[in-house]
Amino acid sequence: MSALELHEVFKTYGDGPAAVHALRDVTLTVDEGELVAVMGPSGSGKTTLLTIAGGLEDPTSGEVVVAGDKLSTRSRGQKARLRRRSVGYVFQDYNLLAGLSALENVSLPLELDGVPARRAQTMAQAALEVFDVADKGQNFPDELSGGERQRVAIARATVGDRRLVLADEPSGALDSVNAEGVMRTIHAACRRGAAAVVVTHDAKLASWADRVVFIRDGRLTDQTRPPETPEALVLREVS
Amino acid sequence: MSVRHALLALLSDGPKYGLQLRNEFEGRTGDVWPLNVGQVYTTLQRLERDGLVASSDGSEPGPQKDYRLTERGEHELAAWLTTPPDMSAPPRDEVVMKVMVAAGVRGVDVAEVIQVHRRYMVELMQEWTRLKAHDDGGDLNFALVVDAELFRLDALMRWLDAADGRFARALHEREGDPTGPVPVPTLPMPRRQGVRR
Repeated sequence: MSALELHEVFKTYGDGPAAVHALRDVTLTVDEGELVAVMGPSGSGKTTLLTIAGGLEDPTSGEVVVAGDKLSTRSRGQKARLRRRSVGYVFQDYNLLAGLSALENVSLPLELDGVPARRAQTMAQAALEVFDVADKGQNFPDELSGGERQRVAIARATVGDRRLVLADEPSGALDSVNAEGVMRTIHAACRRGAAAVVVTHDAKLASWADRVVFIRDGRLTDQTRPPETPEALVLREVS
Repeated sequence: MSVRHALLALLSDGPKYGLQLRNEFEGRTGDVWPLNVGQVYTTLQRLERDGLVASSDGSEPGPQKDYRLTERGEHELAAWLTTPPDMSAPPRDEVVMKVMVAAGVRGVDVAEVIQVHRRYMVELMQEWTRLKAHDDGGDLNFALVVDAELFRLDALMRWLDAADGRFARALHEREGDPTGPVPVPTLPMPRRQGVRR
């Protein structure tokens, strides 16, 4: 099943001659377990695509389907609930809450959704374990290294039944080794069945994706082809 | 790449046979640059002729003949390691040349030429990254080679993005014939053959 579908999505801000067409006729399907990167220059509509995919903004026209749910048929409250339950976000600066421990940061979205605190913390602990930061649960964000903060943020984005991870330039200002760590972690989450959409202008990060989609002036203009036989290509290159 | 100097480096920790040198070379370069054993023997013969290595006897090269570094070879190796290669002249990169000449060809959409190359490079980068994803990071040499290739392709990707931006701006600012070729920006210095220090 597809985790995310965008059908003929348009997003226009303002109207008349001053209208800004942020997205034009965007159709994109992301399957479960698939990692898709969206590449494009700044101002090309990358972030708008992500906010619409996550139901944070409504499209001007077109349909968004998250985990089989058509967002257009949902009330504002239902969309908020869907966002809390099914969608995880990874922001550039991780947005971990400074006053909460790593474990509380990860369990918060579950508790907001009405999961009893004890159960939420057990699920949060399991998510921390997946990303190798199980022993950091009691630490506060400022006691964690950059790499640990990333992993906590990704644990939060995938905790519980979240099947769709949306990441906006998740490497932020990290050095290349840590930036690779973020992609490795999102890649691992996808191998475990989550779907992810990562927007970035960095080709090194995008190359972790199963499919790279190119966006330009609000339109998806091109995408990479699926690999022929993964290793054969490289050997051909160097021999 | 200097196979010659790489062999000197491999001999720095003791005498070795030709086949052994081939295997060690491939191992230390992450098995990414396959080396023909014939090429190893030819290179060793030249190194011996130049007095940089010496062999156990004067016979023809073969599996039983081992080579060691001479004092001259040690000096040559040390000098090579600490002398940067000449990188002052820009390499004739076919992608760079293609995009630059495409701008002057009537009826060609430079943005499309750029995109075709951009997609190809991302696909290559995906292949390298897939290999990296399979590797647990245990093979340092392999990781270094893959990084080098990813950074090289990434540099070209960035150049394509920058070129795309420059052409878009040139197109925007252009007046007159809307169907004519995009004027190629000229450098302030008419002939530049690289950076001289």
